[in-house]
Amino acid sequence: MRDLYTHLKGHRLVSVLAPLFKMLEALFDLFVPLVVADIVNTGIRDQDTAYILSRCGLLVALALIGLTCSVVAQYFAARASVCCASSLRRALFAHIQALGFSEVDTIGGSTLITRMSSDINQVQNGLNMFLRLFLRSPFIVFGAAIMAFSLDRTVATVFLLAIPVLFVIVFGLMAITAPLYRKVQTRLDSVLGATRENLSGVRVVRAFARETEEQQRFTNFHTALTRLQLFVGRISALMNPLTYVVVNLAFIAILTLGARQVQGGWLLDGDVIALVNYMSQVLIELVKLANTVILISRALASMNRVSSVLHTPLSMTFPSATAPAQNSAAVVFDDVCLTYHGAGDESLSHISFTAQSGQTIGVIGSTGSGKSSLVHLIPRFYDATSGTVSVLGRPAAQWEKGELRKKVAVVLQKAQLFSGTIRSNLLWGDETATDAQLWDALEAAQGAAFVREKPLGLDEPVEQGGRNFSGGQRQRLTIARALVGKPDILILDDSASALDFATDAALRKSLRELSWHPTVFLVSQRTASLRKADKILVLDDGQLVGQGTHTELLDSCPVYREIYESQFEKGGDAQ
Amino acid sequence: MKKAPSMPIGRVLGLVRPYWFYVAASLLGAAISVAAQLLVPILCGNAIDAMLGKGQVDFALVAQACLAIAISTAVTAVAQWVLAACNNRIAFRVSKDLRTKAMAKIQRLPLSYLDSHPSGDLVSRIITDVDTFSDGLLMGFTQFFSGVLTIGGTLILMAVIHLGITAVVVVLTPLSLFAAGFITKRTYRYFQAQTAIRGQQTAMVEEQIQGQRVVQAFGHEEKSMEAFDKVNDALQNASIKAVFFSSLTNPVTRFVNSVVYAAVGLTGALLAMGGGISVGQLSVFLSYANQYAKPFNEISGVVTELQNAMACIQRIFDLLDEPDQIPDAPDAAVLNSDGHVTISDVSFSYTPNRPLLQGLNLDVQPGQRVAIVGPTGCGKTTLINLLMRFYDVDGGSILVAGRDVRKLTRASLRRNYGMVLQDTWLRAGTIRENICYGNPAATDAEMIAAAKAAHAHSFIRRLPQGYDTVIAEDGGSLSQGQKQLLCIARVMLCLPPMLILDEATSSIDTRTEVKIQAAFASMMRGRTSFIVAHRLSTIREADVILVMRDGQIIEQGDHKTLLARKGFYAMLYDSQFDTGDT
Repeated sequence: MRDLYTHLKGHRLVSVLAPLFKMLEALFDLFVPLVVADIVNTGIRDQDTAYILSRCGLLVALALIGLTCSVVAQYFAARASVCCASSLRRALFAHIQALGFSEVDTIGGSTLITRMSSDINQVQNGLNMFLRLFLRSPFIVFGAAIMAFSLDRTVATVFLLAIPVLFVIVFGLMAITAPLYRKVQTRLDSVLGATRENLSGVRVVRAFARETEEQQRFTNFHTALTRLQLFVGRISALMNPLTYVVVNLAFIAILTLGARQVQGGWLLDGDVIALVNYMSQVLIELVKLANTVILISRALASMNRVSSVLHTPLSMTFPSATAPAQNSAAVVFDDVCLTYHGAGDESLSHISFTAQSGQTIGVIGSTGSGKSSLVHLIPRFYDATSGTVSVLGRPAAQWEKGELRKKVAVVLQKAQLFSGTIRSNLLWGDETATDAQLWDALEAAQGAAFVREKPLGLDEPVEQGGRNFSGGQRQRLTIARALVGKPDILILDDSASALDFATDAALRKSLRELSWHPTVFLVSQRTASLRKADKILVLDDGQLVGQGTHTELLDSCPVYREIYESQFEKGGDAQ
Repeated sequence: MKKAPSMPIGRVLGLVRPYWFYVAASLLGAAISVAAQLLVPILCGNAIDAMLGKGQVDFALVAQACLAIAISTAVTAVAQWVLAACNNRIAFRVSKDLRTKAMAKIQRLPLSYLDSHPSGDLVSRIITDVDTFSDGLLMGFTQFFSGVLTIGGTLILMAVIHLGITAVVVVLTPLSLFAAGFITKRTYRYFQAQTAIRGQQTAMVEEQIQGQRVVQAFGHEEKSMEAFDKVNDALQNASIKAVFFSSLTNPVTRFVNSVVYAAVGLTGALLAMGGGISVGQLSVFLSYANQYAKPFNEISGVVTELQNAMACIQRIFDLLDEPDQIPDAPDAAVLNSDGHVTISDVSFSYTPNRPLLQGLNLDVQPGQRVAIVGPTGCGKTTLINLLMRFYDVDGGSILVAGRDVRKLTRASLRRNYGMVLQDTWLRAGTIRENICYGNPAATDAEMIAAAKAAHAHSFIRRLPQGYDTVIAEDGGSLSQGQKQLLCIARVMLCLPPMLILDEATSSIDTRTEVKIQAAFASMMRGRTSFIVAHRLSTIREADVILVMRDGQIIEQGDHKTLLARKGFYAMLYDSQFDTGDT
């Protein structure tokens, strides 16, 4: 709620004017029954044609003023709600951009996308309706009652009774059915789940010849859903008849009481018509109000979801300037531990090693052993839970963000490209790179050949996520993108997995021959890819169980030997 | 689809036919409630006409009118409730019928259809389209019906009272429809623009969020923000226009209605002055003038809803009309396999113009282990599809225990195979349900024995509720390796004579992997096994290695023979298992 207010602030005037104009419109609506009463009471009775003409003219004038107010209000409401949503969306996007890896891990990418799109749209609709109706409807309901009092106090008591009863019916039924509708949603979800499950597991279902049982299970889920839907449906079907009964009872009361007042000479027949009209207006607005309440409660739920993302605290802060270097080593890990947010166990335990400038460091271990976690600490995607990670001579936490990320280039496991062209993607590495530099990078990444074959070369379009390129091509483009910036430290996080063997070997060869001799971290599951590394780090279940060259490790590290042997000639592991 | 566009209507009626009684009741309810509702303004008018002024009130007439209002109210209320209840019943029942049919269809569709259609699309047909259809069509239909009745009834009642004023209403009311139509047409392009830009923005946001790690790794945040701002501003401008112009419909139609109201008031009052109509009748006209335009606006909304519903039901009918897989032959035999599999001269392709398997021959003796190796896309999975008869061969035949698989029941053929795929499908439910999936009648002891044999017992025991732990659709918090162990246990409980195993390519943590290997080994003992193999040990221990490439078995033999041949296998072996780091 507070966030909504913050983002409405810039549009304070419009967002106050919108409901005000709406109320003005309502006010003119409220005059109509009075004018009609005048036509009957004065015009017809006194046979005054001119009076009738002028009153009917007044009706048109009221409608015209109402229209103007309404158009102005709709414009202000549209402007306020759209601008508020737009500024909310911007703030959310900016916040998401600033979120660290660990926050995004916790929240989840698809959730963030929903918050950005459908949730904010929901907020916009809700706000729009709120500005338009939330003041107008109560205003008409109570205004009608007040008008009734101005006509006749006795008959107006009917309004005092009918309005609360209508309120109770409309909002009471909503309160009863709302939780039931949530339950319907849960049951619908289980039907949906069963459908999805049968499609994703179709091979298993058929392999075990369980088609009939699956069909039965689906039918059972659906029967439960239908039963509940019918039950809720019967309850909410009460809304129309009940309100109709109450309003008509009110009509009867107005007519009966009105008749007595007319007999006594305190009321004219035109006034009775006006009272009946006011009662009809009350009902119409109450139903509108109920619908608005549903819409607004939905919008509020969305707003809360958006807020919770907006208020996710940033776990990392970066200094505005980089501290001076204290030594010349490329990367030093000193007793580093890492526990991910919300995880019970450490993902890295007491890791210490040094990588000298220009060295090639191999990182090996099975899935889940902590390879990616280790290299992600170098560009400070995460902060070590304890211990220090030093990069190019100073602790990672003392680097200015942009500078650190420019010196350290990471090629992630998942080759992610962005829509645009090959060129626009490569320029991410360095805005100012020339075509020749781009080709050099492609050459080194073993991607020059296939890019050259594309009809548009560097200007070949890249579709969303790079889906118009094969996995291997995407990997080579992401490697080239990292090379364009000539980083001091280059990290390949298992990012050559889709390359065939020969290309992989050629890539490693060209990495060794890069002109600026970066320090290279190669993460891999294949010992073959790492044999020539200056140092290999062997990880097992978050522990650094060995470091050294290939030959040293074969002698000293049983885990390394086991991995090596499972991939090479000697012995199997099945027995 | 070569069907005439009017075709679905007949079928839609067919869907509703079982509920004809509710349809009839609903229509009757609508008619009664419309009629009774239209009476109320007239009764009110009568009562008002009984109040001529001070001391001139005819209380008997007022009471009579009030009684009539009370009765018509009661009738309306009951009719409305019956109408709504009947509509609910029809809508929810028809949805259920449609979904059950669609689901039954899913069970019978050939895998070629399911493999080539994204499951998300099928899910949305079965869930969302059915909802849109039942809401749109059935609710739309009753709204349409009540709307037409209201218009007709109002016209008749007005005409009975006074033709002249009726003419005023009839001539002026279409103005509001024209106004609404005019605005809708004008706003359409603003909506299109908004939709297009919104689509752009969503695509961009999706890409940026999915690639956020890269964005941050390259310090690209500011540039991304600039691009976002551009789209966001464009969206804001387009949205203001779309939201504003579309929100004009309501005030404008209301204005036109007010003008009609004033015109009725004027003519009515002038007539009433001359005694042409009574004051009460004037009030009747005024309230009719208020109500008359409403059904028109509703009906124009209903038309779009109906079109929508028709589009949705067409998508469902398309699914229901897909040809079934070829049913089991009436004389299909039940298989009791000895594990002898013969593939003779089999050819197969997914798409006719791209041949895949050709002239495939293989004879597997009972108890033999067959390892299938080859590069990605060489046809390994296809072979599994044919063995399980998920797909039928195009030419040649596959024999199990000497009988053509096409002359066996699918169920019995498949029950003779135990299948563990890389894609570990588990159902949302308890561990117990999952292990007993193929054999729900198994006792606890049998289940535990199977889990032990699959090396799954120890981790299951450590779960919070043991075998009764509920897991989510995708296996939830279980690791990939644990999921595979559960899949093995599931097969262990059925103990079929033949196995199809697909070794995981992605490496699982070392300890679990050893367990999986051991579980595979104990399962394969004495059973004919087909293994899509990635691990050297599995390959080496196989009786026969099939080396596949481009849909052909190019080499066949045991490890030593194949290595000695120095062919494709030897090359593959070198590239995958040797350094080659030249």
